[in-house]
Amino acid sequence: MTARTLRGVLALAAAAAALACQRETRRFRESPPAATSETAVAMSELVPGPKTRDLPIRNPYERNAYAVSEGERLFNAYNCSGCHSHGGGGIGPALMDDQWIYGSDPENIFSTIVEGRPNGMPTFRGKIPNYQVWQIVAYVRSLSGLLPKDIAPARDDHMVAGPEPQRTEALRPKHAFTPSAADHP
Amino acid sequence: MTAPITADPESVPAAARPGVRELHDQLERVWNDGPGLRGWLMSTDHKSLGKRYVITAFVFFLLGGVEAAMIRAQLARPENGLIGPDLYNQLFTMHGTTMMFLFAVPVMTAMSLYLVPLMIGSRDLAFPRLNAYGYYVYLLGGLFLYTSFFLNVGPDAGWFAYTPLSGPAYGVGKRVDVWAQTITFTEIAGIIAAIELIATIFKQRAPGMSLNRMPLFVWSALVMAFMILFAMPWVAVDSQFLAMDRLIGTHFFNQAEGGDALLWQHLFWFFGHPEVYIIFIPALGFVSTIIATFTRREIFGYPAMVLSLVATGFLGFGLWVHHMFATNIPQMGESFFTAASAMIAIPTGVQFFCWIATIWGGRPRFATPFLFILGFFAVFIIGGLSGVMIASVPFDLQVHDTFFIVAHLHYVLLGGGVFPLFAAFYYWFPKVTGRMLSERLGKWNFALFFIGVNVAFFPMHLLGLHGMPRRVYTYLAGTGWGDLNLVATIGAVTIFVSVVIFLVNVARSLANGELAGADPWGSSSTLEWATSSPPPSYNFAHLPVVEGRYPLWSRPIEPPVVTGLRTDERELLITTLLDARPDHRHRTPDPTIWPLLAALATGVTFIALIFTPWAAVVGGVLVIGPLVAWGWSKPKPGDPVIPEGVT
Amino acid sequence: MRDWLQSALRPAGPEAASVHALWEFMLWTSVVVFVLVLGALAWGTFHRRPAGVAPTAEGAPGERRMTRVVSTAVGATALVLFVFLVFDFSTGRALTARRDAAVRIEVTGHQWWWEVNYYDSIPNRRVSTANEIHIPVGRPVLIRLNSQDVIHSFWAPDLNGKRDLIPGKESSLWIQADSPGVYHGQCAEFCGYQHAKMAFLVVADRPAEFARWYAGQADTAKTPTDSVTSRGQEVFLSSTCVMCHAIHGTPAGATIGPDLTHLASRRYIAAGSLPNTRGNLAGWILDAQGIKPGAHMPPNSLTPADLQALLAYLGTLK
Repeated sequence: MTARTLRGVLALAAAAAALACQRETRRFRESPPAATSETAVAMSELVPGPKTRDLPIRNPYERNAYAVSEGERLFNAYNCSGCHSHGGGGIGPALMDDQWIYGSDPENIFSTIVEGRPNGMPTFRGKIPNYQVWQIVAYVRSLSGLLPKDIAPARDDHMVAGPEPQRTEALRPKHAFTPSAADHP
Repeated sequence: MTAPITADPESVPAAARPGVRELHDQLERVWNDGPGLRGWLMSTDHKSLGKRYVITAFVFFLLGGVEAAMIRAQLARPENGLIGPDLYNQLFTMHGTTMMFLFAVPVMTAMSLYLVPLMIGSRDLAFPRLNAYGYYVYLLGGLFLYTSFFLNVGPDAGWFAYTPLSGPAYGVGKRVDVWAQTITFTEIAGIIAAIELIATIFKQRAPGMSLNRMPLFVWSALVMAFMILFAMPWVAVDSQFLAMDRLIGTHFFNQAEGGDALLWQHLFWFFGHPEVYIIFIPALGFVSTIIATFTRREIFGYPAMVLSLVATGFLGFGLWVHHMFATNIPQMGESFFTAASAMIAIPTGVQFFCWIATIWGGRPRFATPFLFILGFFAVFIIGGLSGVMIASVPFDLQVHDTFFIVAHLHYVLLGGGVFPLFAAFYYWFPKVTGRMLSERLGKWNFALFFIGVNVAFFPMHLLGLHGMPRRVYTYLAGTGWGDLNLVATIGAVTIFVSVVIFLVNVARSLANGELAGADPWGSSSTLEWATSSPPPSYNFAHLPVVEGRYPLWSRPIEPPVVTGLRTDERELLITTLLDARPDHRHRTPDPTIWPLLAALATGVTFIALIFTPWAAVVGGVLVIGPLVAWGWSKPKPGDPVIPEGVT
Repeated sequence: MRDWLQSALRPAGPEAASVHALWEFMLWTSVVVFVLVLGALAWGTFHRRPAGVAPTAEGAPGERRMTRVVSTAVGATALVLFVFLVFDFSTGRALTARRDAAVRIEVTGHQWWWEVNYYDSIPNRRVSTANEIHIPVGRPVLIRLNSQDVIHSFWAPDLNGKRDLIPGKESSLWIQADSPGVYHGQCAEFCGYQHAKMAFLVVADRPAEFARWYAGQADTAKTPTDSVTSRGQEVFLSSTCVMCHAIHGTPAGATIGPDLTHLASRRYIAAGSLPNTRGNLAGWILDAQGIKPGAHMPPNSLTPADLQALLAYLGTLK
């Protein structure tokens, strides 16, 4: 075995290790900033000084199976399912389809939860720690297949309410309205 | 292939025959694995694969031991911060899975796969290529589990993986899938070993070795193989149900959709309890063999011993519910399982009394193997007695899932499995390697192991009675469990030192151990000691003919042998089931690479099945290729010409 | 004997006592059997053998006597096992005999705490609490067991053996305490990360005390009377707490975590992990994951003033 193939094998192993670690880590103790309930997403286009380019916000939990399953647990614990059912909708809109009234990006969903939306979506500002909101965001996106299949939750132990996120084919989001600056001329 | 031959008891003795050297060279050419790495990978020799099997299983024993050491380090003090709950859960799951699925059962089948053909006087196992496939599937399963563990995908729901904790809703990520597939790997390997052992023992015994002359170890291997055949499919089905629940959303264990979480436990323990006997029964075979050798007398009550083994094999299937007394099973139902659990003590008792009678009537010689057998008596009886205690439902409800059970199961499995296994290692090591192990180090190994086991596990009885549950990653200082846990940890360190001494002993012996002759113990009774140490690739130049239960003790000066098998091709002698009369010659296949490639294809399929159900389709196609090639490269049925030398 | 927190060898009720009697019988029988078998082995191994006599072989004259000895031993084994079965079955019958329950308690297992509900035919006399079960002393109590998530097992060794809580399959268990006191118990079936810290208390009260305790628990929470505790209630209702916990008499009504209506009356918090002191409670609120990693209580950042107010308020929930 040449040194080069050896390096290749090692690099591959390291990559596999990193991926597996990210999916399987159980981070129980979030650092205090993530646990605060201040918003982490800009709520307005108005910024002091010259306009800077928006960098897409990445939700670290979308690559972590434990966090997504926590999101699922919290989705039910905080009674999101009371209005959105298990993603199928009812009083609130369905979350397992490709229709996104306020955008499908993680930061859009984060804002929706924290700020609330007209016609019924309450604000959870101050009620749900930031990191838990991000976990719920990851779960909500998994409902329409926007998360990798090995990370999205499998079926739960209840009556079947719909296809489990793990087997949902990714639906291309249709943005009916996106408050992001990019969509405005 | 079907040419009838007869064994000739008045055959010419090998030594007096002209051309002995040529005969050996010829057989060596035919039965050799072939040179180099290629030969090593293509090998189908039961001895070379058996050795690999035992070494692999022993490496897993060491890994499981390291995990145990980490568990004991964490529990040594109350509220210890060494290991958190996430890693701890993985560690005890890995420890249990490794010891049960990757060490205990495989090492027992491996010892049998190595020893049985030698003990019954045959040249190889019935299906040598299948044997290679089984070994590689097992190896891949073990490597897969440990690779996953190091990638933080180690299973964490316990070696018993109770649903719903292991199910799709609570078993997050791919950790439990890794466990379920590891089980599938090892079950396949186990079932393959069972099929081979049954076919080999039934059809390849040396002429004259009728069933009532079979060595007790071969009887043990036979009972074990049948138990594997009837027990292991259940857990394979169970783990596949679990994998399906997790991957494609079936509802086998989902209470809300008509599944049943308890179904998991029934299926698991219907395998899990017989598994204990799968480990214990071959160990009983070691004990009988070694006692006969080191007391220099026949085992007292051979028919009773055999019947006890068979009875244990049957009763072992009627006890599984005693693992589930705390679930709400009706009291009447539980009573049956209490009675069955108590009943199995009787055949075990019969064997113990027969052994004691044997020792009483013989002249014991205190070599290391015999010391380990004495240790087996002391340790196993404690485990057996606590086993009868927990057959009682009311008492079990107090100690179930506590450290009392941890103590009980380690007394049973170390006493009933590992002590006889170490005895067997010391006893057969000279046969396998041709070199003796040091008796001095052996005695240290035994003494420390015996002390360590008792110091580590006896306090756990008390811990359990005083309320310490199993599988806790820590406990509060106020519980009062700290001191006994510290004692247990000291015992674990002693065991560790003892195993290191064993490894040193093996290393020193391999480097420059005293050479062993064909029969270094001088009083062995079974056929493997009739050939050289280590045995040649063809096992016996002339297959022996057997005239008693202890063929080497009643051997005439000129022992009768079989002649008439071809020496220029791999041929086995097939005999009849009951009386072992020569029936026909069988052309057994040559070494080939295909079992290894088929095992690799199987492994890739199983691992991919964790991520996508399509792997079943793609993998199915992938596995067919090597299987076709495997069958294609088999020898044509033998030519009907009766070769020279058949009488 | 040292001071164990919980022990099956220190029975405090009729159930545990009958199991203890069975255990003593089995223990001493086992000791006798062990000594006899190992004694026989030692004698068999070390007894003097006449020089020059070959070991006996099967069928030799000495064998007949040996056969008799071995058969007797096997017969004795069967006899001992039979006596054991009779003792065992009669104990089992006694444990599950039907009685009139003085109190019926529903215990529901959660990852990783115990929800406790006292049944009463009058709805507003039903009591909901967590991790601390009060029972009247000397009276049989029926515990009905259920689980919300995975399998747990209810075990208070001083009082009785354990019983699994399996989701969707109700089971039951009798307990009875002979004298007043606090008995510790713990989850005995592996249930995930915090299986180790899922303990509970059974407090046996004299009937009058029990009635007083029950009446107190059935009441709603006290309304804050001073500015600090009012502020504390405000903090509770406007922060994360309210998402999971209930305090009867306030808008907080979530049933995800333990009911806190009478939190200050309990001896422990965090399912038996910490004594219920103001300092421990503060630590638990701020950094529960440092105490029970994996538990479902999130960390909270509160200003010192808010925290003090919240603690003061929680301290009034007697």
